[in-house]
Parts: sequence; C-alpha cells; structure tokens
Amino acid sequence: MLRRFRLEEPESVKEASEVLGRFGESAKIYAGGTELLLTMKEGLVHYEHLVNIKKVGLNQIKRDNGVIKIGALCTHHQLESSPELQKSLPAFVQMEHNVANVRVRQAGTIGGNLCFAEPHADPGTLLIALGAKLVAAKGSSQREITAEDFFVDAYETSLEPDELLTDIQVPEANRGVAYLKFGYLERPSVGVAVALGAGDGKQYIGDIKIAVGCAGPAPKRMADAEALLRGKSREEATRNLPKAGEIAGRAAQALSDLHGSQEYKEHIVGVLLKRAFHSALSQC
Amino acid sequence: MSKAMARHSDAQTIPLSFTLNGRLQEIEVEPHELLLDLVRERLGLTGVKRSCDVEVCGACTLLVDGRPVSACTTLALEVRGRSVLTIEGLAEDGKLHPLQEAFIAHGGFQCGFCTPGMILAAKALLDENPNPTEEELKHFMHGNICRCTGYKKIIESIMAAAKKMRPAGSKS
Repeated sequence: MLRRFRLEEPESVKEASEVLGRFGESAKIYAGGTELLLTMKEGLVHYEHLVNIKKVGLNQIKRDNGVIKIGALCTHHQLESSPELQKSLPAFVQMEHNVANVRVRQAGTIGGNLCFAEPHADPGTLLIALGAKLVAAKGSSQREITAEDFFVDAYETSLEPDELLTDIQVPEANRGVAYLKFGYLERPSVGVAVALGAGDGKQYIGDIKIAVGCAGPAPKRMADAEALLRGKSREEATRNLPKAGEIAGRAAQALSDLHGSQEYKEHIVGVLLKRAFHSALSQC
Repeated sequence: MSKAMARHSDAQTIPLSFTLNGRLQEIEVEPHELLLDLVRERLGLTGVKRSCDVEVCGACTLLVDGRPVSACTTLALEVRGRSVLTIEGLAEDGKLHPLQEAFIAHGGFQCGFCTPGMILAAKALLDENPNPTEEELKHFMHGNICRCTGYKKIIESIMAAAKKMRPAGSKS
C-alpha cells in the first residue's frame, strides 16, 4: 500500500526543475514508476510530492550529426521496437528487449532506469561501453556527464537534486558491440558489455571499451582489462582474455548477495567477457 | 469501500475518465491509488490478482491500450483517457475468447490464479504477433509465472488459440 502523496505535473523541463527546487528533498521525479513505486510501497522511502514528468516530452529517438539522441522518457518498449535503433545500435535494442519483463518494459523509462541506479540493471553498463553522454538540465542550463562518471554508488548518481536527465547521446561508430548477462533470479547477477573497433586490415583490436555491471554497487568501466586488449593482434588479444577477465572480475567490486557469491560473480565476469569480446569482434 | 480507501478531507483528487472493458468509466482517484486496488476494490472486478506485488509474477496483468502492465505497481491515474481491458471484458456476447476456450480445451490452468494475467498477456502477444514461434512466445510470456502447470500446457493453449485466431488461409 502506498502512503499519500501529492502529484505535481509540470509541462516543461524548466518548470519541473523549479518544482524540484521548491520542494527539495520532499519531492521526487516520477516517470515510469517501475522502481520508485516498489520502494515506496515497501515503505523504504516516502515523498510528499511526486513530480510526474511525462508531460514534458523527451520521448524521441533522433540521429543528429553522428550522434544518436535518446530522450530520457523513452520506454524500454519504445527502444526495443525502434527501427531506427535496430539499424544504428542493434546491440542496444537486443539489451532493451531483455530488460526485466514485458510489463516493466512497457512502463519503465530509460531515464528512470539510469537515475534510479539500481545496481542490477542492464542499460548503464552498455552505455558506458558505448561511450555515451548523459545530458542533465537544471532551469535553462544544461551539462553533459559521461555515462562512466554518472554512476557513483548503489542508487546514487552524480545528478544534483534539482537536475533532470533529459537525453542520452550515443556516438555512432564503426564497431562491434555485445552485451551479455547472466542470472537466475528476475534481475541479472552479472552484465558485461564490450564495444570495439578493428584496425589495420581487421587484424588488430582498435579502440575497445569494456564495462561490467550488476556484480557490484554500480556499473564500471574496466580500463585495466581494456589495456590488455587494445592495439593487440587478434591472437594476442585472445591469449590475454583470461587475464583481462580476472582483472575485470576483481575490478567489478563484486558483492556476495542472493544473486551469487563474490567469487562466483568474478568468475562469471571472465566467462561473459570472453564471449562478449568474440561476439563483438565477429561483427567487425 | 475498504478502510484504506477512506478519503481525507484535504486529499488531492484527480478526475479519471477512461474506458473499462469497452465502457466509459468516470471516477475520482487520489494520486497514491494503485490501478489494482481501483479495479479490484472500488470497481469490483476481481479477476486481476495481487500476488508478488513487485512486477515479477504477472498475476496482476491488465491491458492498457492493448499492452500489458503490472496493475500492482501502476498508479490508477496513469489510465487517464486510456482503454483498460480486464479478463472480465474478454468474452463477447457471452461467447468466450478463443484464448479462453483454448486454455480450457488444452488444460492451460490448474488452480487458475495466474490465468487471467496469463490470458491477457497472451492476447497482447497475439495482437502484436499473430504467428509467434515458440521462442517468441516464451520470451514474451516469461514474466508470467505459473506454479501448477509446468508451462507446457499453457504454451500449447496459446499456440492453439493463435492458430484458431489467424484468418483462414494464412501461413501456419
């Protein structure tokens, strides 16, 4: 059962950020509600005001000058069924198609997923590997935050209390991309994303970004593991994969919980990294 | 009206106008009212069930504009101006929907608790994809949990209904 709250329904981003500024910590942004309402029903949090931002727009997917711009209020269902994204970012569509279940995808938004920062979520991990930027607005000013810097800790992002996430911007690039996850409960235990380009007659690994999520408190980029693979020949990179997996497993800050022990999750990071690397490479 | 639904004098109310099983419904709700409680407790349609209460099991599935939602975690105000279908609205003119008939014919339920959600989710699937493969069916339905049947009979029921619902002469 939910406790009473008042509903605010701003009609622009500017108005929404004013409402948030006015009510401070007694207000929270409400979009799809798939995460927020769960914690409110459990009585874990309570807000006097929910600020329904579904009237402010922000639900478009556009391609603009080599950048794919995804409005923060796009639902997972919108993203999994977008022909535009299927063409430009098929791995992202595939990831979205496997978020939670059909009902959560129907209501839940990409922005809500990122801002709630539930550790066992898929999109953040892939967006880090894709080098995405998140655009946050406050009043009439805005700033860009890399996906990598967005996630601070479990349920904690670098957004200010009166800032709104408005867009997710993914640079288009000629690259192979894979996101793989494993779990045996409703939410994943481990998610691994790899995005890489192949250089020099496709014999060498070019730029590569690796991210791991779900295992620890927040999705993270795995720079040390990347360094073992970047610029290497296919053969050398393949030889280095087990070591890269070990390093990424440790760097994931895996926690023992009902989704698996720390040791188990570290092992799974290595397994998924190997598979995701080969999958991404096969697309180049 | 249940005690929990008693109104506070200073409560914010929101006029809600929506279509429920094909008929216009006008009612006032408070922001914190859940769609599940509105439909079950205030409107008396008890086919929709509260079970896990965390969007995992699918027993509270309703169709809003033809798409499945978890009524347990949807604010009632979200259906403003929209169309809601519950299991009670599926039969037309006293005739069961092909999915309902198929679940009976193929033993697609035992205790029946998950069945309203199961059938509504299946309807959303077949409206979107009249000729699903078994893999597509499993992917779409994996958020609806049944603890009796082992799923095989449910899959058979939906496949049989799909076949019956497709226009004659279309591909298998």
